Amino acid sequence: MQSARVIKLGLTSLVTHPLRSSLAVLGIVLGVASVIAMLAIGAGASEEAQAQIRALGSTTIRLYSKKPPEEGGGAANRSRMVIYGVKYDDLRRIDETVPGVEVIVPVREVSSTVWWGEKNADTYALGTMTSWLEAARQTVARGRWINEVDMVNQLPSAVVGAGLAKKLFQHNDPLGTEIRIGTKPYTVVGILAGGGSGGGKVGGANARMADDAVFIPMTTIKERWGDRNVKRSSGSTDIELVEVHEAILEVTDPDQVIPTAEAVKAVMARFHRKEDYTVVVPLALIEEAKRTKRIFNIVLGSIAGISLVVGGIGIMNIMLATVTERTREIGIRRALGARRRDITLQFLAESLTLCLVGGLVGVGLGLLVPVYVEWKFDLPTLVHTDSVVLAFGISAATGLLFGIYPAARAARLDPIEALRHE
Amino acid sequence: MNTAAPPVPVVRIVDVTKTYTMGDETVHALAGVDLDILEGDFVAIMGPSGSGKSTLLNVLGCLDRPSTGSYFLGGVDVAKMTDDEISAIRSRRIGFIFQSFNLIPSHTVLENIEVPMFYAGTPPAKARERAKELASLVQLGHRNDHRPTQLSGGQQQRVAIARALANDPMILLCDEPTGNLDSATGVEIMKFLTRLNEEGRTVIMVTHEDDIAAWAKRVVRVRDGRISEDVRRRA
Repeated sequence: MQSARVIKLGLTSLVTHPLRSSLAVLGIVLGVASVIAMLAIGAGASEEAQAQIRALGSTTIRLYSKKPPEEGGGAANRSRMVIYGVKYDDLRRIDETVPGVEVIVPVREVSSTVWWGEKNADTYALGTMTSWLEAARQTVARGRWINEVDMVNQLPSAVVGAGLAKKLFQHNDPLGTEIRIGTKPYTVVGILAGGGSGGGKVGGANARMADDAVFIPMTTIKERWGDRNVKRSSGSTDIELVEVHEAILEVTDPDQVIPTAEAVKAVMARFHRKEDYTVVVPLALIEEAKRTKRIFNIVLGSIAGISLVVGGIGIMNIMLATVTERTREIGIRRALGARRRDITLQFLAESLTLCLVGGLVGVGLGLLVPVYVEWKFDLPTLVHTDSVVLAFGISAATGLLFGIYPAARAARLDPIEALRHE
Repeated sequence: MNTAAPPVPVVRIVDVTKTYTMGDETVHALAGVDLDILEGDFVAIMGPSGSGKSTLLNVLGCLDRPSTGSYFLGGVDVAKMTDDEISAIRSRRIGFIFQSFNLIPSHTVLENIEVPMFYAGTPPAKARERAKELASLVQLGHRNDHRPTQLSGGQQQRVAIARALANDPMILLCDEPTGNLDSATGVEIMKFLTRLNEEGRTVIMVTHEDDIAAWAKRVVRVRDGRISEDVRRRA
């Protein structure tokens, strides 16, 4: 009963000076809103990154070919041949010397234009093996994946990524129809379900590569293109010789992923003088993503702490002004029987009310910002209830903490002096 | 009132002194005051400014503690009480009426009357009922939801009287109750206080105006921190 009255008192004084009150709580509002919004955006980004990495498979190791940095005088050459990247010999050596590596799935890529009737798309043709589907954590939505018959007979069978399929075929049924990759005809035997991140280089836009690629048997790609990729640009011709663009290694023991990756790196380093390959360990990336998130949380905690102090100073400032302004009222109340405790409580309730109202507005604002960010920038966000509770709790704690001094000062006033105050 | 029974002193002040130190100087605001006030009395305390009458009023109202001596209010020595206990005494046993009314500007008439009951722990519903009663007693029943700024000085002082009566106090302490009012309104307020006194309420009033003091039954004059004269006007 008493506390309800005290809170009503607090609200009354708040409403008496709406502008002053709103300016006083601005710090709290912005602090609470920014904590909620930043946590939501951070959690969304981290969640997406971790999902992408997880899609690569936490028990896999990926080996990518990488074009080494150009050596001097490249511009003078009209045409040249660059040999780099992962070799079949590398895969054989890894298979033979590194224990605990089970599936080794090579992928070769050729950039090419894919035609279906009059429609076409510039994309990649990826040559791979039957085991790729499982190793890349992909599934087939319709039709089938490349099989042994395709491999042995070097058949022109093609499996189309979900994104590319949508672009080329739209609502038509492409199964069994013919597409052209470059100039050669292929038969569409299947369409991938999409999602995951199988064929691409790790992270970001490349994770969607499998979606936009067309898959053909490794044997077929070898037969039709050889090991050569020809690139023509403004008069010069680059011929690249890459045997394997990407390989997926599956580690049998989940606890041995990191040491196995170290062993793979050691094997690769022995036979490659130049850095013409990359070893990506999704598990290590997950760890790193978690570490990044932890750092982000610490940064956020500091920001929350700063906004607590800034908001609290605003509250304290306004409460001190209120106490001075209402010195006479304090004297009257004391004369009419208010104990020191009653006065303390009254002003604490007022600063608490200020902060709770500010906190509520801040929560509202903090929930709106992620919605806006998602709509405007197409970034995923994730609002945890925890963060709302935390931010609201902080605002309440601020109200109490920074209300204590002004309230104590009000209670310490001498009633006679206070009554004389003009 | 039963005149046959010996009157009970509701206020008994025994050899009270009050000294302040202002810088190096020691000021004796009260230099040994003895005063008994009987229940149902109407006492005017008079004196020039600096005589100690305000200090005496503050001591009587438990806003200030005597430096030495005792103050019995209703037989209880309040000089040795803790701050919380004295607060309780103020809320239950003393009704204050100030020169400048001292209503809380953000509160309505009823809310102002309820303030002492709030601190006495009266349940809100009961307090509201009593506040309405008191508002009609001071003929402001039709102004229940007005704020002090919407009332005239006389009306404000009537709200203050209602507020002073809220917890049915032992004594009404009036500090220049008509000081901020024109003489007609002042007379109206004095009639009110007289009526309350006739109903048995003990009224103690500080004033420096003789014609206001004339309403009291007994006039106590203070000079240099001592009682210099104590006259009973009417029997």
